[in-house]
Amino acid sequence: MKLTVTVNGNPVSAEVEDRLLLVHFLREVAGLTATNVGCDTSSCGACTVLLDGQSVKSCTLLAAQASGREVLTAEGLAGPHGELHPVQQAFRAEHGLQCGFCTPGMVMAAVSLLAENPSPTEEEVRAGLEGNLCRCTGYHNIVRAILAASSQPAGKEQAG
Amino acid sequence: MAEGVNVSILGTRVVRTEDPALLTVGGTYVDDVRVPELTGAVRATFVRSHVAHASIGAIDVSAARAAPGTVAVLTARDMDDLPPPPPDDGGAGSEGAPVPMGGPWTEPLLAADRVRYVGEPVAVVLTEDSYQGADAAEQVIVDYHPLPVVLGPGAADAETLLFPRTGSNVAVTAGTPTDEPAFGQCDVVVRQAVENQRLAPVPMEGRAVAAVWAAGRLTVWLSTQNAQISRFILAGALGLDPAAIRVITPDVGGGFGAKVGLDRDAIVVAWAARRTGRAVRWAETRSENLVGMTHGRAQRQHVTIGGTRDGRVLAYRLDIVADTGAYPRMSGFLPGLTSLMAAGPYAIPHVETAFRVVVTNTTPISAYRGAGRPEATAAIERAMDLFATEIGLDPAEVRRRNLVPPDAFPHTTPGGAVYDSGDYAVALDKVLAAAGYAGLREEQARRRGSGDPVQLGIGLASYVEITAADAAAGETARLVVHADGTATAYTGSSAHGQGHHTAWAMLVQAELGIPMDQVTVVHGDTDVIPEGVGTYASRSLQLGGVAVHQAARSVREQARQVAADLIEASEADMELDTETGSWQVRGDPATSRSWADVAGHAGPAGLVAAVQYAEGQPTFPFGTHLAVVEVDTETGKVRHLRQVTADDAGTVLNPLLAEGQRHGGIAQGVAQALVEEFVYDADGNPLTSTLTDYAAITAAELPSFELVSSETPTEVNPLGAKGIGEAGTIGATPAVQNAVIDALSHLGVRHIDMPATPARVWAAISGARESR
Repeated sequence: MKLTVTVNGNPVSAEVEDRLLLVHFLREVAGLTATNVGCDTSSCGACTVLLDGQSVKSCTLLAAQASGREVLTAEGLAGPHGELHPVQQAFRAEHGLQCGFCTPGMVMAAVSLLAENPSPTEEEVRAGLEGNLCRCTGYHNIVRAILAASSQPAGKEQAG
Repeated sequence: MAEGVNVSILGTRVVRTEDPALLTVGGTYVDDVRVPELTGAVRATFVRSHVAHASIGAIDVSAARAAPGTVAVLTARDMDDLPPPPPDDGGAGSEGAPVPMGGPWTEPLLAADRVRYVGEPVAVVLTEDSYQGADAAEQVIVDYHPLPVVLGPGAADAETLLFPRTGSNVAVTAGTPTDEPAFGQCDVVVRQAVENQRLAPVPMEGRAVAAVWAAGRLTVWLSTQNAQISRFILAGALGLDPAAIRVITPDVGGGFGAKVGLDRDAIVVAWAARRTGRAVRWAETRSENLVGMTHGRAQRQHVTIGGTRDGRVLAYRLDIVADTGAYPRMSGFLPGLTSLMAAGPYAIPHVETAFRVVVTNTTPISAYRGAGRPEATAAIERAMDLFATEIGLDPAEVRRRNLVPPDAFPHTTPGGAVYDSGDYAVALDKVLAAAGYAGLREEQARRRGSGDPVQLGIGLASYVEITAADAAAGETARLVVHADGTATAYTGSSAHGQGHHTAWAMLVQAELGIPMDQVTVVHGDTDVIPEGVGTYASRSLQLGGVAVHQAARSVREQARQVAADLIEASEADMELDTETGSWQVRGDPATSRSWADVAGHAGPAGLVAAVQYAEGQPTFPFGTHLAVVEVDTETGKVRHLRQVTADDAGTVLNPLLAEGQRHGGIAQGVAQALVEEFVYDADGNPLTSTLTDYAAITAAELPSFELVSSETPTEVNPLGAKGIGEAGTIGATPAVQNAVIDALSHLGVRHIDMPATPARVWAAISGARESR
């Protein structure tokens, strides 16, 4: 089938198989490889992107379901001159990433979380990240980064 | 260190140079590599056994060969162009070394006449895209003739043998027979069976490889912890000269020990690329990863601990049955390390160990974060608590009375480990103080007194571990200062999240004053770095880092000569200002020359130093973890409230990186204690082969961690550094397990195996109530 998806502001049109998943459309058709595949059961969140502003797991949607809609991936998050998004900045400053494989999905989930709740508590951040797995950081610095990026003064709710 | 009075960058919280790319365009993992050589690469899809134990009859590949997009379907019968498997060594293997056992125990590349676990590769399908691969692989029909399934520690006595030629399911036996007299002098002797359950490593990136055969040369992009070792394994398996193989390690999405070297699947992909002349890619699915990548732990332990009523431990015995899965990948190495570290941080006069390694119809066991040491710590720390309970003494006090004292280093254990340096009691006391131990015990007493359904548990684990166990194998570094004043550090070590690129650049800046952003770090390309060992066993900084440090020192001494020649002054008068990265005659800024000036004057060879650094002995980091949990006695649900830890790994290069290593390890340790377990049913079917079933720990199940700093330098290397990568799984696991049991000890609960799931905790509470 023929479809057009707006990815990070740019329309991407292609003739694809009906069964093509959105994540494979992004990686293989649009050539954007930041979005990773970490599982096959919608459990890990490595493939999280924003679809019309809402976080979705792009391994769970067909590319066809994104036709005519807007997708934002990690590649589209930084400013026009490459300036890091506040969440990206906070992940770097707080050492919220190690191997980096979960990171694009984790960052997109964090952006979505903060859009819904600009001043989360630590508990709300942790609950909000339940669908995104990380095996390197123990989540400690990811949580710190999201709290730091939120409008809430960093460290208020967290232990050492 | 630096001449002059400059403040070193070492020991400071430098944010990572790796991060901007990882955060914006994402890493370049194997499946992201877009190079011309891989254009049009076909996808490999493995056909894996869905039965645990069977002989193989016919394999019908005709339908798969005819499926849309199929390029080739290959089985063991097609492997007629490979050298013979490793020689028969009589089944002895190489005890004590992490080497697969050859001969009758050999793991084939593709199963030929028998499958031994669910997930074992039987055939590989090459298709134009991965969706076609999934379709075609389903059409390969394998005729399995089921055999009885062998599972668990009872494998030793099973009638069915996995490898009939060996005559036994026991691959390795070691240690002394039971020595009861050692316990005869004890007032109290406690025994307990302890299960250290099977875990799946679950790096976020699964195994992945891409391979191209062109002009008699094999190029392999591989997600591995060791490019150079992988090259030699490939050379041996494929019968190629190592010089005909280039292994490139792009970004690696986590390894945790399960990506040491490479697995048979990756070798098959490389072989298929040569066989078919097509570029081939493979990136496994998670369901494939959970059964195909090696697992960790899987020890059934029996501990016996004895001592005096006033809290002195006099004798300790650890017996292990190590389930090594279907193929003995590491022979006796893992339980060997467990045995070596059995005594933990305690001065116990009499320590005995024995182990048996058994094969079972399950995924092979290999290294997983800690690799034998978490199993040792789990056993002794459980034993210390059992002993403390038996004599009615506080577990912190029992530990304090038995720790190796600070004036006893170097300390040789009965098992032969030589602990280099430490102050074990300081780590314990710091953690008790930071946690507010007395206050926690008061709160616990209050809840017990009031019969609160939610009870508080406090768990301790003091540990010592071994890092860079293969210190003598060393690591390589080559440092070049270019004519433009920038530098490139080539390291044989290999990064998969630890921050090597940041850390190595810090070492160069500290020694040479060339700013970090002008230092490029290169790893994992065997054409550029033919010699190297890579990353495992928490060895990187103390071997690879020190090698970079030594190379920088060597370059600096070369530069001193060149600068003297350039400035026309005496070498002895030359001074390097590491703040500005400039050479001058001491006290005369007018003579100042930049690194570019000096490197440009160095002649065509430039400023280059190559180092092979090895250490005479491993190092022994230590620490204490304290866990606080709440246990709901009505449901068995455990809530992990606090984790307070002191992890002393010597001098810290970058606290940000060191803390990150601790955090990650702690989470994996808590995960073993509370939620994660790889489970098989009685027929050897994996019940946890997706991430909806395998309970990989989430942010919602963990608190923020409370890290106490402690730095006791080692004299083993010039950086004073020990390894930090595995401290978390070693310390956190038993602390959390002990906390759960501690919460219920007043009810008569003495032991609960990991993971302490609600069902298991509830059963322990019910059992204790019934027996009262």
